[in-house]
Amino acid sequence: MSQPKTKKETEDLLELYRQMLLIRRFEEASAKAYSMGKIGGFCHLYIGQEAVGVGAISALEQKDYIVSTYRDHGHALARGLEPKALMAELFGKRTGIVSGNGGSMHFFDKKKNFMGGHGIVGGHISLAAGIAYASKYREDGAVTLCFFGEGAANIGSFHEGMNLAAIWKLPLVMICENNHYAMGTPEYRALSVKDVSVRAAAYDIARDHIEGDEVRKVREHVKVAVERARRGEGPTLMEISTYRFRGHSMSDPAKYRTKEELEKYKQGDPLIKAEKDLLAAGWAQEELTKMDEIILKTVEESVDFAEKSEEPPLGWLYKHVYAENV
Amino acid sequence: MAVLTYREALNRAMTEEMEKDPNIFLMGEEVGHYEGAYKVSQGMLAKFGERRIIDTPISENGFAGVGIGAAMVGLRPIIEFMTWNFSLVAIDQIINSAAKMNYMSAGQFPIPIVFRGAGGAGGRLAAQHSQSFESWYAHIPGLKVLAPYTPSDAYGLLKTSIRDNNPTIFIESEVLYGSKGEVPDGEFLIPMGKSDIKREGTQLTIISWSRALMYVLPAAEKLAKEGISVEVLDLRSIRPLDEEGILASVRKTNRALIVEEGWNVAGFGAQVAYLIQKEAFDYLDSPVERITQEDVPMPYAANLEKSSLPSEDKIIKKVREMIK
Repeated sequence: MSQPKTKKETEDLLELYRQMLLIRRFEEASAKAYSMGKIGGFCHLYIGQEAVGVGAISALEQKDYIVSTYRDHGHALARGLEPKALMAELFGKRTGIVSGNGGSMHFFDKKKNFMGGHGIVGGHISLAAGIAYASKYREDGAVTLCFFGEGAANIGSFHEGMNLAAIWKLPLVMICENNHYAMGTPEYRALSVKDVSVRAAAYDIARDHIEGDEVRKVREHVKVAVERARRGEGPTLMEISTYRFRGHSMSDPAKYRTKEELEKYKQGDPLIKAEKDLLAAGWAQEELTKMDEIILKTVEESVDFAEKSEEPPLGWLYKHVYAENV
Repeated sequence: MAVLTYREALNRAMTEEMEKDPNIFLMGEEVGHYEGAYKVSQGMLAKFGERRIIDTPISENGFAGVGIGAAMVGLRPIIEFMTWNFSLVAIDQIINSAAKMNYMSAGQFPIPIVFRGAGGAGGRLAAQHSQSFESWYAHIPGLKVLAPYTPSDAYGLLKTSIRDNNPTIFIESEVLYGSKGEVPDGEFLIPMGKSDIKREGTQLTIISWSRALMYVLPAAEKLAKEGISVEVLDLRSIRPLDEEGILASVRKTNRALIVEEGWNVAGFGAQVAYLIQKEAFDYLDSPVERITQEDVPMPYAANLEKSSLPSEDKIIKKVREMIK
């Protein structure tokens, strides 16, 4: 996609860039806190993939639903979930988005139709089909967007979810964020196809494939799929090719790939691309630096908030095992 | 009072609930046009249409997940597994999604769903189609597990399950669908976590549920003729468990035998036995005993199948030993 031409386009890109930068800085702060032992468990960072989440989610309306994976920080921030509550969740505090019950892999926000980070690879795909099913049942006009990795494209839930979405023409957009490694296994050792989206043919549904390094391009393509879903024409399977600059999780040094490969992909860093486009469109470097400072402050505040928040009271241990019957 | 079959009672419960609440739908293999593999949903497609009685392809993991997703946004699905044997391919969804969603989301996403269908052993269906899974699901916090024996209980408990805001595992007995019983006229609900004394007695309590009661009740009858008075407690609700009901009966009779169709090792009866020894130890006149399915996959041969299951004879023999 060419660089923005009008002022409106430039301002639009600036906002998308701001969201991507927030994710980047939030993730860098998460990595730091993790290495200091303040965040436990698995922590899967989104660094490098920001254009996918931000581009795709910006194609949605508020009534639409998002279903995410264990790599959910970026999607949550792109949807506008509160950074403080997310960081506090990573720290396992009572002020966390799910009161310390979920941690990194399980962000949920009902008010924002953020339907969860789900920890079992691909398991959430049929849940997404179910949410889309409910939209069809109620005719509420909402679309469900489901993110997953290329590793999930080999699991049964993916195929069953796709088939059900296809036969029932559900308003579902399935986005495979292909970052080329399922943990340490490169795609060519695990996938029977080079492009996950060609599997759409097996279910006779629409497909799309793009590179995920330009945020506005991502949005434009996702919008096509979202509108198709909203018109009642059924699901789309998209592959958006991307790359994670960090390991699978914080405990993965990513020794299965070369430095050269990483460097090559860093040339395609979606933030650098967006920054270049903004500068070329006449935006001043100082403005961008100022934006970064504001974001850094927001992130610092979220870390501070998480740090100072209390742990959940022990009396909450059994809270929410069962829902109340009212 | 009407006499209904077990399947008619289930059908009536679902129909009445669906008439009241448009958010309820029934989904599963052959529930619509075929009217249910075991005819539990007979007539429901004609009444409610394809929007609410939904046939699925053979993909339990997929449609279990669809039900859970729909429940996340406020619908109240009833998901029929043709048999619980097939639920195993959906077990990730049942455990990792349905049971835990409310907890993981700190109460933001309760999952008001009923998973129901035919379960249990017998019928010469061999190893893969003949087994009881109550213990498996009862192990999981976040799930509720029910296994009714009579048509009346099936009706009252299914209605309660449909109205419950939590995922419910409702295990019907495959061999009971045609059994008949009186079901009171008019609507009634049976609360979860409340056992039922199916027969009063004074010398020993047999704790059981679902199809195993087919052996327990006639055995108790025969024992009565020998002068041994057996109380029969039907749990009906495995989780939540009626601990008070169990303990009250055992404190009265001073002996407990648990009869279950599932396997012995890590079976649910072990949990009941633990409860009794812990809370009613001083009342016991003999060790708590169990009769279970033998520790083998179900054989096909008629004689072997029969020998592997609880039976009237096994129960009578065990009770005589315990009373001595």
